[in-house]
Amino acid sequence: MHIPEGYLGPYTYIALFLIMVPIWLYAGYRVRKDLRSKQVPLLAISAAFSFVIMMFNMPIPGGSTGHMVGGAIIGIILGPWAAVVSISVALIIQALLFADGGVTAIGANCFNMAFVMPFSAYIIYKLISGKSEVTSMRRVAAAVIAGYISLTLAAGFTGFEFGIQPILHPAVNGEFPYMPYGLNVALPAMLSEHMLFFSILEGIMTGIILLYIQKSDPSLLEEKKVKSSAGQKTQPTAI
Amino acid sequence: MDKNLKTILIAMAILVVLTPLGLLATGETFGEWGNEELKEKLGYVPPGIESLSSLWSAPMPDYTVPGLENSFAESAVGYIITAIIGGGLSLGALYLIGKLMASDKTE
Repeated sequence: MHIPEGYLGPYTYIALFLIMVPIWLYAGYRVRKDLRSKQVPLLAISAAFSFVIMMFNMPIPGGSTGHMVGGAIIGIILGPWAAVVSISVALIIQALLFADGGVTAIGANCFNMAFVMPFSAYIIYKLISGKSEVTSMRRVAAAVIAGYISLTLAAGFTGFEFGIQPILHPAVNGEFPYMPYGLNVALPAMLSEHMLFFSILEGIMTGIILLYIQKSDPSLLEEKKVKSSAGQKTQPTAI
Repeated sequence: MDKNLKTILIAMAILVVLTPLGLLATGETFGEWGNEELKEKLGYVPPGIESLSSLWSAPMPDYTVPGLENSFAESAVGYIITAIIGGGLSLGALYLIGKLMASDKTE
């Protein structure tokens, strides 16, 4: 779902950069405020994990390919703001060094995979988990569903951004300047291949990793109450 | 945590070695067609795509290492090398950002 160079016209890619800049700045502010030194190795590994997991392209019937992102589990474990920073860095490196995703589309790709995905996963996971024990199966189910829905949402946004190009930039002399396929093609294409394949894999992977964390270090899943440096008020450690 | 960190790093190393599996997927991903594929599909390359595609030339496009692209084995080695470079840069960048930003960095 990396949007390549030139598929989005300037209105869309500039708008998405303008949306992402305050998100990046606020994410940086939140990470600075909430991140503990102890969490730094995990944050660093999360970015490498996301980078590598996106290299596992998988073929599906119909000839298309796609991959997981890892955005759901990162959002759940490290919190959505840290996930924004971590996945954005992986996506920027992919665009600059490997031409995976366009440089002009960095804002768009970060919006879809580094913002929409970890945030929706975090919210869904929290809603379904409720006050359940961190080692409960309900949390595993929450992670699976969060993985499934969040990647599907990211794919939906990608399809939407593709699909509005023919409206924003109509054909000139029969040639569309940017993405030529409209919402009626792009949206179902992106949604169906993710809903039927890649989101299922993302859900399973998210669930397996959560299960592993429940067994190995369940404290990572607790919303620890810590004293913030600014005052005595308590806040969750998720960032 | 240290033991866990070690386990995670080993798991990551295994993932990196397995990345060439991702090369086996040959297909045209929706919305990620190359210029030739677009020409085939549409009869033309959308001018915006054509002009923007030369905007930035990445040193290792599509996770290929220059000189290592003549056979599947070479591509696989290249893919692993790019996974190490890209994963390593992501790791290093976030480690640096994290160290600079962590609110208890003086401890």
